[in-house]
Amino acid sequence: MKFPISVTLNGRRYQREVEPRQLLVHLIRDLGGVTGTKIGCDTSQCGACTVLLDGVAVKSCTALSVQVDGASITTIEGLAVDGQLHPLQEAFWNKHGLQCGYCTPGMILAAHELLRTNPQPSDEQIRHGLEGNMCRCTGYQNIVRAVREAAAMRRKG
Amino acid sequence: MYAPEFDYYRAGSVSEAAGLLRKHPGAKLLAGGQSLIPLLKLRLAAPAAVIDIGRIRDLKGITVKDGTIRIGAMTTHAELAASAELAETCPVLAQAAAGIGDPAVRNRGTIGGNVAHADPASDLPTVLVALEARLMAEGPDGKRTLDAGGFFQGLMTTALKEHEILTAIEIPAHPKGQSSAYAKFAHPASRYAVIGVAAVITASGGKCSSARVAVGGMVPRPVRASSVERALTGQELSAESIAKAAAQVTENLGNEVLGDIFASEQYRRSVASVWVKRALTQAVGRAK
Amino acid sequence: MSTRVFGSGIRRREDPRLITGAATYTDDYTLPGMVHMVLLRSPHAHARIKRIDISRAKAAPGVVAAFTGSDIEGALNPMPCAWLVPNSNLKVAPYPCIAKDVVRYVGDIVAAVVAETPYQAADALDLITVDYQPLPAVIDPEKAKQPGAPQIHSGVENNVAFHWTVTGGDVDGAFKKADVIIKERIVQQRLIPNAMEPRSTLAHWSGASGELTLWNTTQNPHIARFLCSVVTGVPEDKLRVIATEVGGGFGSKIPAYPADFITVFCAKKLNRPVKWTESRRENFQGTTHGRDHVQDVELAATKDGKVLGVKATSYSGMGAYLSTAAPGIPTILHGLMLSGPYDIAAIKEDVYGIYSNGTPVEAYRGAGRPEATFILERMIDKLAAKLRMDPVDVRMKNFIPKFENGHTVPTGLSYDSGDYAGALKKLVEHVGYKDLRRQQAEDRKKGRYLGVGVSTYVEICGLGPSQVAGAVGFQGGLWESAIVRFHPTGKVNVFIGANPHGQGEETTFAQIVADEVGVDVNDVKIVHGDTQTTPMGWGTYGSRTTAVGGAALVMATRKIKEKAKVIAAHLLEAAVEDMDYKDGKFFVKGSPDKAKTIQDIALMANVAWNMPAGVEAGLEASSFYDPPNFTYPFGAHLAVVELDPETGQIDVRRYVAVDDCGPQINPVIVEGQVHGGVVQGIGQALWEGAVYDENGQLLTGSMLDYALPRADRLPDMEVLSTVTPSPHHPIGVKGIGEAGTIASTAAVYNAVIDALSPFGVETIRMPVTPERAFNAIQEAKAGRR
Repeated sequence: MKFPISVTLNGRRYQREVEPRQLLVHLIRDLGGVTGTKIGCDTSQCGACTVLLDGVAVKSCTALSVQVDGASITTIEGLAVDGQLHPLQEAFWNKHGLQCGYCTPGMILAAHELLRTNPQPSDEQIRHGLEGNMCRCTGYQNIVRAVREAAAMRRKG
Repeated sequence: MYAPEFDYYRAGSVSEAAGLLRKHPGAKLLAGGQSLIPLLKLRLAAPAAVIDIGRIRDLKGITVKDGTIRIGAMTTHAELAASAELAETCPVLAQAAAGIGDPAVRNRGTIGGNVAHADPASDLPTVLVALEARLMAEGPDGKRTLDAGGFFQGLMTTALKEHEILTAIEIPAHPKGQSSAYAKFAHPASRYAVIGVAAVITASGGKCSSARVAVGGMVPRPVRASSVERALTGQELSAESIAKAAAQVTENLGNEVLGDIFASEQYRRSVASVWVKRALTQAVGRAK
Repeated sequence: MSTRVFGSGIRRREDPRLITGAATYTDDYTLPGMVHMVLLRSPHAHARIKRIDISRAKAAPGVVAAFTGSDIEGALNPMPCAWLVPNSNLKVAPYPCIAKDVVRYVGDIVAAVVAETPYQAADALDLITVDYQPLPAVIDPEKAKQPGAPQIHSGVENNVAFHWTVTGGDVDGAFKKADVIIKERIVQQRLIPNAMEPRSTLAHWSGASGELTLWNTTQNPHIARFLCSVVTGVPEDKLRVIATEVGGGFGSKIPAYPADFITVFCAKKLNRPVKWTESRRENFQGTTHGRDHVQDVELAATKDGKVLGVKATSYSGMGAYLSTAAPGIPTILHGLMLSGPYDIAAIKEDVYGIYSNGTPVEAYRGAGRPEATFILERMIDKLAAKLRMDPVDVRMKNFIPKFENGHTVPTGLSYDSGDYAGALKKLVEHVGYKDLRRQQAEDRKKGRYLGVGVSTYVEICGLGPSQVAGAVGFQGGLWESAIVRFHPTGKVNVFIGANPHGQGEETTFAQIVADEVGVDVNDVKIVHGDTQTTPMGWGTYGSRTTAVGGAALVMATRKIKEKAKVIAAHLLEAAVEDMDYKDGKFFVKGSPDKAKTIQDIALMANVAWNMPAGVEAGLEASSFYDPPNFTYPFGAHLAVVELDPETGQIDVRRYVAVDDCGPQINPVIVEGQVHGGVVQGIGQALWEGAVYDENGQLLTGSMLDYALPRADRLPDMEVLSTVTPSPHHPIGVKGIGEAGTIASTAAVYNAVIDALSPFGVETIRMPVTPERAFNAIQEAKAGRR
């Protein structure tokens, strides 16, 4: 069985016939050269596959393509506007919030979710907000600093 | 990880979903998918068909009316956690929902999917048992209401009949003097409850006029800690009386306490009272 | 360019592609005609394969081919072991890429399926039937050595893969004259590295030219090419390995893996590009694990706390087969470091490498050195407790005094430079150690149980002199090379053989070049991770990339400077010996105004219109740097933990690190390395550990069961440093990749024991789960210990 769907990925509309079993992350990675969304685990623990679905963070390895029919998806590639880095991207760069970079797209989008729901989080709230995303390189400390800086940038406007 | 093939149907209404269930034997209902999709990926579940009820509008939202909180089955954990009404009228539910999985999981996972899945390590079943919630189901024989106390029957087993769909959950809003809290000993990897305790306390004049305590995570289905409830009722709400009452929990755990490589049955039995004490203490602290 | 960029915490050059999703890891590549491979892995820890039937899989929709162990015979050679530790009676058991007759661990490969889509390949995998006859299995290395244990390989009696001994000084004498002897059994549990990027391979075979391109998740593409050539028979000159973006490794991406070569086999058979990417579940089973030692340790000391000797017996689990570098880890990288930063006259260790029915064990961040550090730091704390001395005082009493140019220890190693007391002194001053202890005592009276733990270390890294590599059985060299090439516009490409995968050398190496030849750091691009464009190198592991590769780079830039000076002299019509250099400018001594910039010279060298007689065109140099010695970074760490006495839960409340890796090229990157390393070590102490059942089933086979450190369970760390240059390194640097992990497990463990000590607890197994701490308290209370 194939099921017709239509999705908007980073502002561009796509129509596809997909197998119902196809995971959203596979759809995204197959759609056209946007491979920034990563797969890190099978069990919804690591968060490397985090994307924004209608502006809200979800784990794209734990969603089916058919479920998101009609939705708008933003991946790490869609965060920068006109080549201008998103404040979170800038902050991760400034604060050395990444090493191997594999968890980074998901981590940045998880941080995006945190700041969406809590624009001025405490350090403890930042650490809790990132509980669904794993990083094996940084020990998280510079990620926390990066999110803190992004929140501060936002405060300044 | 790649799921096996299945057919997919999207229901626009509860009755349509019920019809699809009848038409496709062995079909699985898909709500937020946060439990089902991992099972599909690991090929631990291989249904011939999946029926998506995640878009049924009638199944969404939280309303509080005449002292009753009604929560649509497709309401997400994030919505529960963020609900100001819920924080006011039933803090234990908002608190437990805020501790499920992680933010991205909470954005997709639903109360109905969670409850119908009946994972013993899940948080919401325990909370609903303590709240004496009523669960609304709709099936081929019409609608019926089930008590949370009898709904959870064992590991991944509920009182829902074949082709029956959980549609909503009703909870009495806390009356004056009532407060509630959830204490969780979370597994460091899965974040599921190794032990979860929900406590609902009613106080008047510094004394406990009623207590409802449920324990989950460590048993195949949430159990009411009736010995704890009895020991506390009528007592002054002091640290000593709470600790003394909490210690009674071992009497309510039965002989089916779960154990695993992280926390053995014996260990869970040994520390259960600590988590009961913490839930009670927090609930009492919330009382106004 | 006058600002010194060496020592500056500039932003990383690699980050723009990583923060925008533009970076391409192996699994991100798609080639025309590409097909997907999946592997069937054994569900049994030990079993005979009686029959295997792949016919239904072959007939399944989308399937292109399926193969078993018989199909690869003669086409794929057995997996080589590349660290043949001498004088150890090493027995390398055959390690086929696909098991044919016997499977020896859960995860051993038994078949491969190739299909048009990964979904179809996964479907077909379910159609393979294998008839197994289960055999008894053993996981614990000590039990595997006992008579009557299941025999894993024929001809390997008692599963002993090797027996290696190190001795130094008069051990018997030391123990005879000791006032106190401390004994302890230490279990370094098996860990699962879990780099965030699962392993992946994409093989592109060109039948017409006989050339193979292999995208591969590896820390060492040149070794991968070498070993791929050995196993698949594709000549090295026609084999290109690309690993430009690798998502962490921590040792698990050092070795060669059967899956990679099966991918090559399939690509050659089918003449189509074949990609394989492991799932996380497969990663848990099939990608190498770390540690897995059971050790019995004894320490001899005088009654005033002077350590006289240490002896140990270690049973080191190797898993079912010897992974690429496995034998060298519990021996050379461990036993030789058994006196650590202390002046201990007598050392002895017996190391038994043992086959078991577990996943093969390899290097895991620190590799041998965390285990050596743990032995010492644990034993020193036990000694302090026994003598009722402060653990800091005992350490101070036993340190090797400060030295700047060589110190030989009983195991024969010559440390380069060290000031161990200096690091510990800085640590205790920073934390206010006396006040901390006072606070701890007061809190205890109130029922709050804090534990303070200290750990000091010296590690051997910057591996290493190739002559030593040869002498200790490493089947390769350990030098590094670099090519520095100036383009006519003055921009610089640097080609290195090492392969950073998160450590940030695209930035730090550019800083070195910028500093050495006076160009802007943004004008330097570091190229790595492609064997076709980079010179030979032995890889990124053992904290060696900066220490060895960085030195190669410095030597190459210095050659460039020499040549540039000759050209500048010619252009300025001066004698070479009259030339001076500063900040990228060459000028006649005393006349800095009339200078030729390195860019001027690069242009002239490249167009070669006016070159000095006998000087070749171009401004390019290469260097092969073989270090004269290892480097020996060191430091002192402190952890404060809090015990919840009701549940046994332990949380880290404070963590302070003082590390000395020599001069820091980029302190921000150094700090990041320490953060990550420390957290991995905390993970071992409190959360991580592979658990197998009695049948050899891996019970911690997913991230649902195996607890990796998460953001919300960790405190902010305080990271400090001291600077003691390595005397033998051209810019004095030592390496920092593993230091955090080496120190932190012992620091946290010592803090845990300190927190539990009021209850009488003296020892506990790692990871210290709430249940273990709770039970230890109960047992100590009951006096049953």
